[in-house]
Amino acid sequence: MTWRVATIRDMREETASAKTLVLDVPDWPGHLAGQHVDVRLTAEDGYQAQRSYSIASAPEERMVALTVVRFADGEVSPYLVDEMRPGDELELRGPIGGWFVWDAHDGGPLLLVAGGSGLVPLMAMLRHRHAVASHVPARLLVSARRAEDLLYSAELAELAEADDGFELLATLTREAPAGWTGFTRRIDREMLEEVAWSPRELARTFVCGPTAFVEAAADALVGLGHDPALIKTERFGPTGGSET
Amino acid sequence: MNDDDLRLDGNAAAGLLTEVFAVEMTTALGTCAHCGATNALGTVQVYVHAPGTVLRCPACTNVLMTIVRSHEHLHVDLSGVRRVEIAG
Repeated sequence: MTWRVATIRDMREETASAKTLVLDVPDWPGHLAGQHVDVRLTAEDGYQAQRSYSIASAPEERMVALTVVRFADGEVSPYLVDEMRPGDELELRGPIGGWFVWDAHDGGPLLLVAGGSGLVPLMAMLRHRHAVASHVPARLLVSARRAEDLLYSAELAELAEADDGFELLATLTREAPAGWTGFTRRIDREMLEEVAWSPRELARTFVCGPTAFVEAAADALVGLGHDPALIKTERFGPTGGSET
Repeated sequence: MNDDDLRLDGNAAAGLLTEVFAVEMTTALGTCAHCGATNALGTVQVYVHAPGTVLRCPACTNVLMTIVRSHEHLHVDLSGVRRVEIAG
């Protein structure tokens, strides 16, 4: 797997701490929704830092989009979010992974459970579903601290209004604005029972977020009788990857 | 931050595993040499903050593999995995 030099074509502000980098990657072989890339930064003294970032864009899009959340004491994310500009280059390799992926041909129903930036690879699945005009029933339960921390909220609302079998459910765990009609607590068994299909529907389930979030959600789903073999999980680390 | 926050899964080691095996490995099945449990490598426990990357069996936490990078070399210890089955 070779390192490629990608050029940033656009940067979109998603929240106060997250930006999407839209990348032109020469000879990009294409990807599946759910895959990630490794990004490598090299300092002038040769020191290298490497992190994994999920791909946010659908396979059908020409550019590769990564959504990066700034961790205040992070080594890589503050640089990507605050310092990089359109026209800048960065090194990446990928696409990586093949287990935590969904293609519309895999069918559904599709249950997506996201904590924080764990939404990114699941967004690629929803964008893919929309791009190929799939009507596979899909539900997203996304958890964020506050409304302003919710990634892609306008686009998700639009997708939910398309009336093509996608339902959006959200929970805000810290603070909800006046008039909020969603959930206002951490994801728990009762919430998942309300949101998920019956275990008999054999939903393909993808759970992504911080380790404790993922394990609580997956355990609750198994406790409700969902087949563990249909529940795929991806845990995000505090720094989003390994250093080299 | 506690130890649980440092425990990731095989997806976090996918790039490194591809460096070692030259194919996509999160869908490969690994059998633990200690307890015999077989799991997709995407589901095993991964610690990336040890010196190097450590893969552990999700059933018994036995170390399946360690991959340590030093200078231009990757040092790979596979003694905890009895068998690997790669789709292809």
